[in-house]
Amino acid sequence: MTLARLTLLDQMMLVLAAVVLFLSFVLLQQARLRAAIHAFAWQGALVAAVTTVVAASQGLTHLYFSAALTLALKALLIPWMLHRLVLRLGLDRHSELLHRPALAVMAASSLVIFSYWLVLPMVQQNLLFTRNIVAVSLAVILIGLLMMVVRQQAIAQVLGFMSMENGLFLAAVSATGGMPLVVELGVAFDVLVAMVLFGVFFFQIRQSIDSLDVDRLNRLTERHGEQP
Amino acid sequence: MNALLLTVFAPLAGAVLLASVRRLGPAGWINVTVSAVTFAASLALAWQVAETGAVQGFTFRVDAFNIYLLVLTAFVGMTTSIFSRPYMRHVCDTGRTNEPGMRLYHVMYQAFLFTMVLALATNNLGILWVAVEGATLSTVLLVSLYRTPEAIEAAWKYFILCSVGIALALFGTVLLYFAAQQVVADPAQGLTWSTLHAVAPRLQPAIMSLAFVFLLVGYGTKVGLVPLHQWLPDAHSEGPTPISAVLSGLLLNVALYAVIRIKMLVDGALATTSTPHLAGWLLMGFGLVSFIVAALFLHRQRDIKRLFSYSSVEHMGLMTFAFGLGSPLATFGALLHMLVHSLTKSAIFVTVGHATHITGTQSIERIRGLIRTQPAVGWSLLIGVAAIAGFPPFGVFTSEFLVLSATMQSRPELTAVLLIGLAIAFAGLFRHVQPMVYGKAPEAQQPVPVNMIPVIVHFLLVLLLGLSIPLFLVHWLNLATHLITGTRLL
Repeated sequence: MTLARLTLLDQMMLVLAAVVLFLSFVLLQQARLRAAIHAFAWQGALVAAVTTVVAASQGLTHLYFSAALTLALKALLIPWMLHRLVLRLGLDRHSELLHRPALAVMAASSLVIFSYWLVLPMVQQNLLFTRNIVAVSLAVILIGLLMMVVRQQAIAQVLGFMSMENGLFLAAVSATGGMPLVVELGVAFDVLVAMVLFGVFFFQIRQSIDSLDVDRLNRLTERHGEQP
Repeated sequence: MNALLLTVFAPLAGAVLLASVRRLGPAGWINVTVSAVTFAASLALAWQVAETGAVQGFTFRVDAFNIYLLVLTAFVGMTTSIFSRPYMRHVCDTGRTNEPGMRLYHVMYQAFLFTMVLALATNNLGILWVAVEGATLSTVLLVSLYRTPEAIEAAWKYFILCSVGIALALFGTVLLYFAAQQVVADPAQGLTWSTLHAVAPRLQPAIMSLAFVFLLVGYGTKVGLVPLHQWLPDAHSEGPTPISAVLSGLLLNVALYAVIRIKMLVDGALATTSTPHLAGWLLMGFGLVSFIVAALFLHRQRDIKRLFSYSSVEHMGLMTFAFGLGSPLATFGALLHMLVHSLTKSAIFVTVGHATHITGTQSIERIRGLIRTQPAVGWSLLIGVAAIAGFPPFGVFTSEFLVLSATMQSRPELTAVLLIGLAIAFAGLFRHVQPMVYGKAPEAQQPVPVNMIPVIVHFLLVLLLGLSIPLFLVHWLNLATHLITGTRLL
């Protein structure tokens, strides 16, 4: 079965998912915080678009609701909150270069290959399509994780975490046609609360170490009891 | 049914109520009262479960496995709230936190208890995920309550590590749901544990094993399995002591409970493949590594709360290992160990809280002569450590003995490793505790007002469990063993 023999809507979903993955790379590389937040917002909007396409192609009406939820939360509310936080923290001109950008992108590419390898044992009727989409979402999740590792700036780490959530949503929507509604609402609630708490923490961290460079949070080690 | 709803929603109502109470005095008492109501409701629920076998409804399901954990959670929640009332008062009086901080503390304490009972009582694996993530969210601000740089660092680490871990668990849940959709017709039932358990042999093995790896890593972060344990000692040492007590006593148990529920599904799905024990092997590996590494780390600790949090990692490792062994005897031992470890460890943290108030420090080197200054605290610490190190006649000895016998039955070559690990842990605990308890007390050290009743009740229960386990508890654990392994022990 080749890609061309999939239905038009399925092909559209694959293209949108690919763009989501591309935006993960953009997020990983983007040095300027504001631009990164914009990239994240676009990623959220694309996940919402995928959800709408799934809803249209499989006739699952409850997915329209979850598309609206994703759009409101991931593309509007959370980016807006991050934007405001960045302004209030005076970081709107902040930019931070990766130490080894080439290495980070190489690592991200290997994660994509790793994801495809990991889903190989999945044998399904709709093989090509499901495998692709699950692999892409897993890659988005893993790149988000990588971003949290390579970035030192707290807000950039939160962006990484949020793009992991986008990958999870993509997986849930495209592979399974959306989780049960109560679960979806619970997850959305948790994400929102997490975002509020992240905001609180930005201020606490800045108060404590006078910057948001979390690599400087290194007081707690096994020998910590020695300090008076 | 009413008892079930009351057990689950009393803490939530308590959290809402406490959010509106401004004054400190009543807030502490309301906290105790709500926790006591939850405990009473959980006892009533236990009675119903004993009569009918399982209580089900509103996406909840309580059977032999989770009822004893529910009662345990409500009980530890209650005793810790009794301890925390005067303790947090003292903290507030000494200026380490302020009134809004105290309000946050009380609200979040009940919110945390709500997420715990919700995670235990729910029959839906998605809601289980939401509740476990909610547990992190409700405790993270409490870890940073004292606003010291160390506390904020610990809270940030806890937040990031647990959120990432739990995100991976969500991916596992999505995969599980995906596997379920091939088998279960109604999509709304696709995450219902009891439905999945019934169809487990037909779930696709390849997807289930992949899902299990993600779920194990995710919930394993919360259990504190090495190498994902990094958050645990930090969060325990920097947060307020009542929070250390409930984190160690409850959260780790609930996370392990989640792993075991999922293992039951995966075992069913893999039963006919070439690797039927894959989940068990993974648990054994992770458990054994955690057990040994944590036992070694005990020796290097300089902070008393870090010391006992590593001891928690060690015990969680032992339980994970025992569940991984999978024989009825090992499972029975692990279930009992969850119970006695929770009771003992929360009592120890309460005692440690008193000890740090007496000495004004958490540094092991500067805590000296507790028995001379305040015998009740000194003796409690000594008895607690003896109990947790596995001395007879305490319950921890019984459960560790069961686990050891089970290991000898099915994996004799690993018995030596376990014994060596236990000995290392034993030495690690006692080399630190002996000088703290017996040493010469500094001049200005004064006793503080304490309420030792919760501690004494916990120790008496652990002692009772070591001497003779009540019949109804044996019956329950037996039923739970039957549920998990498919065969009864007795």
